[in-house]
Amino acid sequence: MSEDVTLEILRYRPELDSQPHFQTYTIPYHDDWVVLDGLNYIKDHVDGTLSYRWSCHMAICGSCGMMINGEAKLACHAFLRDYRHGVIRIEPLDHFPIERDLVIVMDSFMEKLSSVKPYVITQENKAPSDGENLQTPLQLMAFKQYTLCINCLLCYAACPQCGLNEKFVGPAALALAHRYNLDSRDEGNEQRADVVASNEGIWECTFVGACSEVCPKHVDPAAAIQQTKISASLDWFKARLLPGARR
Amino acid sequence: MDLISTDIAIIGAGGAGLRAAIAVAEADPSLRVCLISKVYPMRSHTVAAEGGAAGVIKDNDSLDYHFHDTVAGGDWLCDQDAVDLFVNMAPRELLQMEHWGCPWSREASGKVAVRPFGGMKIERTWYAADQSGFHMLHTLFQTSLKYPSIQRFDEFYSTDLLVEDGRCTGTVAIEMRSGRLLAIQAQALIIATGGCGRIFPFTTNGAIKTGDGMAMAYRAGVPLKDMEFIQYHPTGLPGTGILMTEGSRGEGGLLRNKDGYRYLQDYNLGPPDPWPRLKAMELGPRDRLSQAFWHEQKKGRTISTPHGDAVLLDLRHLGEKKINERLPMVRELAQSYAGVDPVHEPIPVRPVVHYTMGGIHTDIDGATPLPGLFAAGECACVSINGANRLGSNSLTELLVFGARAGRSAAAFAKASPAVSTSAARERAEAVQKRIRDLFVRNSEIETVSGLRKTMHDTIESGAGIYRSEALLQETGRVLADLRRRYDKVQLQDRSNVFNTDLIQVLELGCMLDVAEAIAHSAARRKESRGSHQRLDHPERDDHNYLKHSLATYHASEPPTISYCDVVITRSKPAERVYGGAAA
Repeated sequence: MSEDVTLEILRYRPELDSQPHFQTYTIPYHDDWVVLDGLNYIKDHVDGTLSYRWSCHMAICGSCGMMINGEAKLACHAFLRDYRHGVIRIEPLDHFPIERDLVIVMDSFMEKLSSVKPYVITQENKAPSDGENLQTPLQLMAFKQYTLCINCLLCYAACPQCGLNEKFVGPAALALAHRYNLDSRDEGNEQRADVVASNEGIWECTFVGACSEVCPKHVDPAAAIQQTKISASLDWFKARLLPGARR
Repeated sequence: MDLISTDIAIIGAGGAGLRAAIAVAEADPSLRVCLISKVYPMRSHTVAAEGGAAGVIKDNDSLDYHFHDTVAGGDWLCDQDAVDLFVNMAPRELLQMEHWGCPWSREASGKVAVRPFGGMKIERTWYAADQSGFHMLHTLFQTSLKYPSIQRFDEFYSTDLLVEDGRCTGTVAIEMRSGRLLAIQAQALIIATGGCGRIFPFTTNGAIKTGDGMAMAYRAGVPLKDMEFIQYHPTGLPGTGILMTEGSRGEGGLLRNKDGYRYLQDYNLGPPDPWPRLKAMELGPRDRLSQAFWHEQKKGRTISTPHGDAVLLDLRHLGEKKINERLPMVRELAQSYAGVDPVHEPIPVRPVVHYTMGGIHTDIDGATPLPGLFAAGECACVSINGANRLGSNSLTELLVFGARAGRSAAAFAKASPAVSTSAARERAEAVQKRIRDLFVRNSEIETVSGLRKTMHDTIESGAGIYRSEALLQETGRVLADLRRRYDKVQLQDRSNVFNTDLIQVLELGCMLDVAEAIAHSAARRKESRGSHQRLDHPERDDHNYLKHSLATYHASEPPTISYCDVVITRSKPAERVYGGAAA
């Protein structure tokens, strides 16, 4: 196949460029190539200075999120064959500072992830010798979907609220908090509430649902956030209105 | 250049590195841990493991069975004291993962479920659908956030070990976002950088698996053990090399040649029961299955695809419901990357480089011969995998030996005198100069991609599924030449911020050194054992080669190869038996 494809790639090298600009590259077309293959072709054969993150090439490590024709995508899961008309424009993920070229600064996300205490919290420490916790397939199914997040950050790039308020904890981190809250082995709901139900937490979400639309793993963070809103409201009422309520 | 001090430095934040970090934090919260990785932890390649982790938990199983499966699977090259320790600790570590929230798949009763895997007498592989490594990695990473003593250095690329007076005292790393060099001085250091599959052109391994840690240890004088043993996984997608998990066959998937015939019955793996029986046919060990493919190809009984010859992995009879429940990612990957829906069509697959059985020479505590240096996970060779690793032992290995290396390093750090800073600074300056030289070098002769291509071609030709003296000699010669040419490699990018061109140059240097260890270890082993098959020496030779090979580095000449004994405790070398005879 002798067809070519044109990629317009956002370049930004802070030591050389006063601001980001686009650079155009031509790559050969292959029916089974993904955008990442095109980037690797450029890196190996055209311009070794292009920088981007990638590793697994199978949509599981979450490294290669970027904007492809304005949509947040994994470059390893975006096929050239789906972009046959005109040039393909490639930019770093929206709503994050650019470190260089297609590489974003993701410190804020790492802090948010950590802030929701994404680990099992229990009153008593169990030792391995105490044996396994029983968890039925139904109990597992209650949270399994929310364990599938690969932290690719496409949802942060797609969420309009993340663009407006950089402090918003955001879809992936809130979905992860929900994942642990729903896990039958966990008792940490209250400890997560400080962050999850704060002004920068679930209440900041306006239920646009863009996060769930772009999620390559069908995690559905929007559903997680809406469910959290309901249970947070119930907790609030329970804590105040029921007889013998704890304050 | 900045210099910081810590108690334990860990290079690599995948499964083994994270497990080690947590073990240190739990052993003594006052010990400071620096967890250094060239990628964010959740990008580490543990993430791509699919099928599961082996550990005895069910009443019909026994530690003894797991021991014997592992030792026979490794063609008796495993150290049996290490295997005993491994199978004993495996259930405990997997239960610990369960307590930390790993979403293991469950039976109706709520107990963890297990599935059959190749070469295993009993089904004992814990799994989380077909994303077991992903869930283990994320569980470990998220759990690690609990421990304030673990300080992460994400996207720091370690280039060198600091060694002073015969003791490892830390590492020098490039902070990728700034290009700044940082010397991290440590009382003890653990390497957990994974394997080196990227030396090969066709691999399941992610881009990051370039053998950096192996190369660092090797250059510091620590031997690389059993490097000739490279595992070809029998079922990867042609072209991309994306793994179709062995769990597919554990759930009942069948392998067929171009005539629809279950060809494994022709290779002492039968009988072809309608449903695969344990240790037979599709549930034979990976080395045997990949070798069977090679013979089918020679006989012209494979199908041809645009990306090379293939056989067919048939899951259709499992039905959509079971495929969605147990193998959802395999279905999605096959649909996306091969255009095949396994519910309706068989998946074309071929053997693909998957795992490095060999690695940094360690004892059963994860200690290397260099005091202060420890290693765990795929980068290390304890050895429990011998000449062929059984599927689902590696996820367990990184837990058992990651934790063990962590505890050993903690004990070493506390018992040893404080390391001095002057030598560290001096050594780090030398590293800085070497990198600066790369920036000013103007040779315009060699490119990273050009050298890498030549390396790929020669290692595939010499160290494939079947090997021979002549091809290996040629590979050794080409690699020696490549190491010379590497000195003329040209950096295209001379900026500091996130310079992936620089990282690729350094990674290539690591791969070339490790590739040489592979080729020379393979050339010297004049027998066939497990994954190392010699056309010119087709038999196993226990008299001469029931030994671990040790490759020792030399700066400007090929490695020297020596040998050490295999620890045999209670299983005398015998014939490996699979198929009906194994019942």
